[in-house]
Amino acid sequence: MVDPILSVEGLNKRFGGLAATDDVSLSVPPGTLHAIIGPNGAGKTTLIAQLMGALRPDSGRIVFQGEDVTALATPARVRLGMARSYQVTSLCPDFSVLENVLLASQLRDGGWLSFWRPAIAYPRARSRAMEELSKVGLADRSDRLAGELSHGEQRQLEVAMALASDPVLMLLDEPLAGLGRDEADGMVSLLHSLKGHVTMLLIEHDMEAVFALADCVSVLSFGRIIASGTVNDIRKDPNVRDAYLGTEGDAHA
Amino acid sequence: MRKQLVSFAILIGLLCAVPPIAYWLDDLFLLSLASRCLILASAAVATNLIMGYGGLISLGHAVFIGIGGYVVGIASHHAFNDGMTWLSNGFLQLVAVLVLSVLVALFVGLVSLRTKGIYFLMITLAIGQMFYLAAVGAYDYGGDDGMTVFAKSRFLGQALSGHYLIYWVSAAYLTASMFLVARLSSSRFGLVLRSAKVNEARTRAMGYEPFRVRLVAFTVAGVIAGGAGFLMANHAGFVSPAMLHWTRSGDLIVMVVLGGLGSVFGPLAGTVAFLALEEVLSGITEYWAIPVGAILIAVALYTPQGVMGLLSRRRNHG
Ligand SMILES: Nc1ncnc2c1ncn2[C@@H]1O[C@H](COP(=O)(O)OP(=O)(O)O)[C@@H](O)[C@H]1O
Ligand SMILES: [Mg+2]
Repeated sequence: MVDPILSVEGLNKRFGGLAATDDVSLSVPPGTLHAIIGPNGAGKTTLIAQLMGALRPDSGRIVFQGEDVTALATPARVRLGMARSYQVTSLCPDFSVLENVLLASQLRDGGWLSFWRPAIAYPRARSRAMEELSKVGLADRSDRLAGELSHGEQRQLEVAMALASDPVLMLLDEPLAGLGRDEADGMVSLLHSLKGHVTMLLIEHDMEAVFALADCVSVLSFGRIIASGTVNDIRKDPNVRDAYLGTEGDAHA
Repeated sequence: MRKQLVSFAILIGLLCAVPPIAYWLDDLFLLSLASRCLILASAAVATNLIMGYGGLISLGHAVFIGIGGYVVGIASHHAFNDGMTWLSNGFLQLVAVLVLSVLVALFVGLVSLRTKGIYFLMITLAIGQMFYLAAVGAYDYGGDDGMTVFAKSRFLGQALSGHYLIYWVSAAYLTASMFLVARLSSSRFGLVLRSAKVNEARTRAMGYEPFRVRLVAFTVAGVIAGGAGFLMANHAGFVSPAMLHWTRSGDLIVMVVLGGLGSVFGPLAGTVAFLALEEVLSGITEYWAIPVGAILIAVALYTPQGVMGLLSRRRNHG
């Protein structure tokens, strides 16, 4: 078996009495899409925050491409090839769309230690940014302010930004949240086209999307992984039906 | 970018118009007032870099004005009283201002930039007042009363004195520092600095360490303000601890907010507005700070982009 891109071993995080992450272990092979589903408050965002280094776990290990990154700060993890998109859109609203993506693409094209030349005047980082914007369908919006985009376009921009840093692993926190049907379809086909090129950990509420995309699904409930397997395994799992699928209607509450 | 170059051309045109007008009116006081305004504006430009673009509100930035001023004052003191005339060398003084500003900025930045918001404000205030008290306690250099700069800075035999010369140098310095900050703000460094202001966690998740970027901004802003202090001492012919009192840092913040946070020409507009308000209102009441405060609140509430926002009604980063 190939070495996993990401492996998480015995991760724990408590907020007071609440176990937000409860002995979570998982392993994501290169090029695959691993989905994590679970009702609101199950601890999905908290898990991503720990993987990215924004939150420190109480115990457990995070190994990325064979390297233990548990103690590394966020920027160091990004330099190693991790990227994250946010559940709640968090762009710079008064940057242009292009500038938002440049922020990501300039990282591997020399970094921020440049003080005189305008950021947009670097052809390589710029074309890289434009490339990602075309992938998500925002190329014709590049000069607009990010704050002027529609909600759906902002979600697409989030993904373009994550892509533009040339990640090995993308952690996507509910990229479909709040999208209309057409926009959601567009996002699903985008993620589909990325499969094989970049390894993804996808958090998503939208069952159809997850079942269409995932190579492996883990179900999180009260911080704990209660089931893990292929789409078919998860569909059939009685525990999952009880804990989550049966109450899908409530999951959005 | 093009639009900005046009704005710079207009600015230079306006700056060039002042001396002929002062000459025509035979009003050197006007010229001197203009110089003071331009020097203060360059300190406001520095404040805008950390505050407008970086989101860091420092109550200690006047320390750097003090550093620039005291380098001139102390050099003058020894040149005048101890015959150490070589200390009047302006180039030497500028090197001293540069080195001291960088060192102090790195020190203050390392101590304070790990904190945010009100804590940053309090730490910069405390460090600023430390420097202020040090100046008050420097009895050799006039203590509380400060000292007159008898020996002005000299460049290749030319003393930095005379209303017209000071004006031109101040105008050039302001234009240069504005242009520098304009370039910085649209550079890669500026992009990350501005991004960290809006969303620090996000900026980290993009691979940047906001602390380092802010430390650079803080240092550059320190050097620009140090240069302003150097000019101020030569212009006023006097330095005193009041230059670096925290209320001076507060004035800088007011100027930047009045002019419009994070706009290239805002600091100059804000400084003009501030001095005009001070001039007009102090004639009416000795409590002129109160109406200025009220105006500031109105600006913050109704036109967050300040004077520049009113002028252009459109934000312009670069
Ligand atoms: N910083 C925090 N402090 C305390 N409790 C938190 C914090 N962040 C999240 N939680 C709690 O942890 C649980 C998991 O939250 P979260 O990871 O956001 O869930 P999900 O993303 O699956 O909806 C929730 O009960 C939430 O209230
Ligand atoms: Mg969440």
